[in-house]
Amino acid sequence: MSAELIVNGVRLIADPSGALIWPDAATIAVADLHLEKGSAYAQKGTLLPPYDSRATLNSLAAIIEREQPRRVICLGDSFHDLGAAQRIDPSDAARLAGLTNAVEWIWVLGNHDPAPPRGAPWTGRIETSLTLSALTFRHEAEPQGGASEISGHFHPKTAIRTRARRVTGRCFVSDGRRLILPAFGAYAGGFDALDPAISGLFRRGFQAYLIGWTTVRAFPRDSLSPI
Amino acid sequence: MPPPALPPAFADWFARRGWAPHRHQIERIAAARAGVSALLIAPTGGGKTLAGFLPSLIDLAERPTAGLHTLYISPLKALAVDIHRNLETPIAEMGLAVRAETRTGDTPQTKRQRQRARPPHILMTTPESLALLLSYDDAPELFAGLGCVIVDELHALTGTKRGELLSLGLARLGGLAPQCRRVGLSATVARPETLRAWLSPTGRDDLDRVRQIMGRSGAPARVDILETRERTPWSGHMAVHAMAEVYEAIGRHGTTLVFVNTRAQAELVFQALWRMNHDNLPIALHHGSLAVEQRRKVEAAMASGRLRAVVATSSLDLGVDWAAIDLVIQVGAPKGASRLIQRIGRANHRPDEPSHAILVPANRFEVLECRAALDAVRAGTLDGDPPRAGGLDVLAQHVMGTACAGSFDADALYDEVTRAAPYADLSRRDFNDVVAFVATGGYALGAYERWKRLARDEARRYRVAASHFLRSYRMNIGTIVEAVTLKVRLGRGRILGEIEEYFVQGLVPGDTFIFAGELLCYEGLRETVVQVSRAKGGGEPKVPAYAGGRLPLSTHLAQRVRALLADRRRWNDLPLPVEEWLKLQAHFSVMPPENGLLVETFPRGNKEFLVAYCFEGRNAHQTLGMLLTSRMERAGLSPLGFVATDYVLATWSLKPARDFDMLFDQDVLGDDLEAWMAESSLLKRAFRNVAVIAGLIERRHPGEEKTRRQVTFNSDLIYDVLRKHDPNHILLRATWADAASGLIDLQRLADMLARVKGRIRHQRLDRISPLAVPILLEIGRESVAGDAVDTLMAEEADALIAEATSGPSAPELPL
Repeated sequence: MSAELIVNGVRLIADPSGALIWPDAATIAVADLHLEKGSAYAQKGTLLPPYDSRATLNSLAAIIEREQPRRVICLGDSFHDLGAAQRIDPSDAARLAGLTNAVEWIWVLGNHDPAPPRGAPWTGRIETSLTLSALTFRHEAEPQGGASEISGHFHPKTAIRTRARRVTGRCFVSDGRRLILPAFGAYAGGFDALDPAISGLFRRGFQAYLIGWTTVRAFPRDSLSPI
Repeated sequence: MPPPALPPAFADWFARRGWAPHRHQIERIAAARAGVSALLIAPTGGGKTLAGFLPSLIDLAERPTAGLHTLYISPLKALAVDIHRNLETPIAEMGLAVRAETRTGDTPQTKRQRQRARPPHILMTTPESLALLLSYDDAPELFAGLGCVIVDELHALTGTKRGELLSLGLARLGGLAPQCRRVGLSATVARPETLRAWLSPTGRDDLDRVRQIMGRSGAPARVDILETRERTPWSGHMAVHAMAEVYEAIGRHGTTLVFVNTRAQAELVFQALWRMNHDNLPIALHHGSLAVEQRRKVEAAMASGRLRAVVATSSLDLGVDWAAIDLVIQVGAPKGASRLIQRIGRANHRPDEPSHAILVPANRFEVLECRAALDAVRAGTLDGDPPRAGGLDVLAQHVMGTACAGSFDADALYDEVTRAAPYADLSRRDFNDVVAFVATGGYALGAYERWKRLARDEARRYRVAASHFLRSYRMNIGTIVEAVTLKVRLGRGRILGEIEEYFVQGLVPGDTFIFAGELLCYEGLRETVVQVSRAKGGGEPKVPAYAGGRLPLSTHLAQRVRALLADRRRWNDLPLPVEEWLKLQAHFSVMPPENGLLVETFPRGNKEFLVAYCFEGRNAHQTLGMLLTSRMERAGLSPLGFVATDYVLATWSLKPARDFDMLFDQDVLGDDLEAWMAESSLLKRAFRNVAVIAGLIERRHPGEEKTRRQVTFNSDLIYDVLRKHDPNHILLRATWADAASGLIDLQRLADMLARVKGRIRHQRLDRISPLAVPILLEIGRESVAGDAVDTLMAEEADALIAEATSGPSAPELPL
């Protein structure tokens, strides 16, 4: 079960997969895929299992299949580094090409992938940021920005205490003016939403939309505990 | 042939001290002269360590050589240091030209380099330091002349991953120095043949190659169960009721060791003793989470006789010799007969006098267990688990280490590692997969040929592909993977020790907790340091719990307890309150039937509990816990977790169970056992350890200190991805093997389910039954992943509806 939220007057849906759905624009957005993070580590000698791109693409394909969007926006750090396109397994690259060819695909650049990959078989428009009606999509929230901004970068994660135990998970973070997405990548990891780096962007408090087993639920900042 | 006499200088030394050599010391010398290895089994304080070194000292006195002659390996750094100190006395007094040195993780870099260039005759070290020495390219020269390896406290190393790493190191030494004898020093064990195989150069038990020498046993110990004036509580693990009597016992004896089972118990017992310490007796605290300096201080004070008592966990189970312990008090059930005998042995430094121990059961269930343990000590029966096969993760570390020292040939290395007892039955396929893992990750998707760690040269020998792998191997050596802990700092001052991150997460500023013997107030987390102040009292303080602090009850004792419980006539032998307790159980609920299965259910703390009195041992109960919660999940009961002891399994869920024939049906074993277990937090934890030991995830990178939090985090993500995409990967097999050796006792479980079929006695209660109390106080609970998470979130969220949080947030105009 997903959760509805409104940012700058626009109705959006926080999906348990970590994707953001914008029904009225037939658009979905995902953040921080970090494709080829495994092979980036392997290059440095830590031979992590090389299946992270595959796992991430499986999740992405599943949400696209279900939602049938006209447009997909990847909010930056889609690739773990600039060499990712050279390292990605050909079958994964072909898979990604298939996805990007089927819809309007927008790659927002991030700090891990500040330039478009060269010679990649997949397509998609490259943007540093993008404004569509009342929403602006960029990789990292701007301290002075705010109203209307949809971003990624921080990999927010949070925890709540319940009567039986703590529940920890990835989360969306929003105050109704701006929204930060959780990381979508299989190896992307997480960062405490209560950390000043995130919470400092929401001066008047925020809601965390915590992803559970199959549901997303909203919790106000004061009800969260540190991860 | 008469036994060879001691050389004159040695005989004189013994005479000057007024000692006569023990028979087992003479036997050791004979074995050494015959060039065979030896297993010396003797209780603590039997002169075992000196017996280990005598032949080396004699050999060095008779045939002075340069270079490393004897390697002494101890599981504890402190023990290595202590033995070194003790050995210096005979060396000095006999004027031997023998240089003995210690080498541990604490040894300064310059000294370590000198030790490799100009080795001492006798080197005292740890399994990890040996692995490190073996990873250098000068290892063949360093060890070529080695005559003897002494492994102390061998019983504590076998069956552990540290022991597995050491066994591989010894196999390597066997290749470098085929003439080298091995000497194992061990406490009394149930299965000496396992230890003999471990010491044998073939990895198999062989009495021609490994002689077994029995040290003399001391007088039988005097063990009592505390007959408390107070009423033994129904619940609790802290034995607070008996502290006054423990304190009195300390007052009546010279020096007392108070053993407890967990660090949390140590803190509480220490607090309780000091609250009543009107005579200001010097009583100290010792456990593995305290800062090292603090522990050394306590050990030194103990050694010099300045303390009247030390409250300690298993951190003091091993080794360091203290002259005069007059009494050992075991607070809480001893959990195993062998462990109890070891602990009692700490008071046995005058072998002709019986050592004295008092068992202090903390609750009525523990009275049963103490009674069973006492019977076992008197009957001389020990716990003995069959040896398990060596871990593939440990093998991976060893393979990398071998490559670091130079190149290796796969066939030769396979032959060598199968001469280590834990790997004697290693299949070539598993070995090849381990080598493939070390070389390229060994993934079915052969993606990493470009970035391999091991390359093959023209002679098809494996070598390390780049020098930075050498550095990271050496920084990540060893098999001890600690729980994620955070340092605790008092004010701006000293670090008190470390507590588990998991415990810190449950604290909010202002909470008080007990640690390092003090009542502390949590101020907050500064980077990775827990900031605390002294608390002023007030409120109920928390006590840090430690996942690793738990000792499993041996199957052997569990059986004895079961028999005791089943036989009503023997209840008369139990203290009156315990007898009453059993009668109360019979009154409020029913006794577990002899052949059927008693299942109680009751509500408690907003949860629904199910307690099954299976008496099949903790391993079988763990497995059943996973299967049962899986079934409960499917039945829509939203299970949250379970906990298992050797007697009982308890589960808790959001909704009550009703159909017990279905839950406990034999076909539960046919369910996707592996699939469900793979989801468990337990397997994820096991995977993290395996991944660190095997070298997939590094503890530290050269030049950069990686926080342990990151290690924890990454490994769960990696586990999920690997399991889905490469389910037969070697690390998953290693994880499963680890879990199986700790978790699964399928046969026993299957037998039980067959036996109780149609004989399940369900007792619905409106509250917890007397017999169920202990299980709910067990630590080491396993939480279950599943839709309970969603239910709990929904409840929390609904409770917050008033704050307008569950629906869409209010539209807001951009400013």
